[in-house]
Amino acid sequence: MMEPGLYHVLFISTALFFIGVFGFLTRRNLITMLMSIELVLNSVNINFIAFNKYVWPNKLDGLFFSIFVIAIAAAEAAVAIAIIINLYRSHQSIDVENAEDLKF
Amino acid sequence: MSGSTIIFYLLSILTLVSGILSVTTRQIFRAAIFLLFSLIGIAGIYFWMQYEFIAAVQIVVYVGGITVLIIFSIFLTQQAGELLPQQNKKRVLFALLAAFCGFALTLLQIIQHSFNKTSETPILPTMENIGNQMLGVEENGFSLPFEVVSILLLAAMIGCIVIALRSKPTTV
Repeated sequence: MMEPGLYHVLFISTALFFIGVFGFLTRRNLITMLMSIELVLNSVNINFIAFNKYVWPNKLDGLFFSIFVIAIAAAEAAVAIAIIINLYRSHQSIDVENAEDLKF
Repeated sequence: MSGSTIIFYLLSILTLVSGILSVTTRQIFRAAIFLLFSLIGIAGIYFWMQYEFIAAVQIVVYVGGITVLIIFSIFLTQQAGELLPQQNKKRVLFALLAAFCGFALTLLQIIQHSFNKTSETPILPTMENIGNQMLGVEENGFSLPFEVVSILLLAAMIGCIVIALRSKPTTV
């Protein structure tokens, strides 16, 4: 085992990104799809922090980008859950197969 | 092998294993709990990289906020003890293939590329530097995106309340 550096962190974030993509492609339930998106966004944040630490430590841009990504992800999760609860009220189901009509 | 290395490998195993379990388990509540552990592992990796501020933000926003929101929405929309339906085998196979090919391609690109560390003097991610840059208006200041994000959060909050309001029954 080697001393962990940039490549190890990039490996973790790549693996986490594609775990999220796999979940997004296989899950058919809206809440679990939202969880997969959270995993993808988190892997992007790890990348920003790793590049900030190991490649450009003379700036803090990566840190600020990940703070803004976290803020936007929080807003996105809140709006998505409001939509999901509204959808459950009108369809009694949050499966994407049952939510294919946009108007009702 | 130093203690720091061992801690890094333990944190990465925690993150990846609970991430995989979170997207494969058929009980939706367990998926939320595994997501929680994965997010805690990511916060640990931030602590390991000595970015304490972003680790604290990760714990407060993701572990304390978004996961609780997801668990509440599970309680509101799912029947207790109900398993998610079995997945289509063909769909799982093709999703696995797509994820694995993307993973291999991305990793190949990363390994072939060499990243050169800049030689300029580093800025430490201390609270003082972060605060000065976050609200600074001169070079390296982030006050404009800060204001834009605050407007976006306000709009999202109002939007959530409007969407989730129980609409009155239409006039008879």
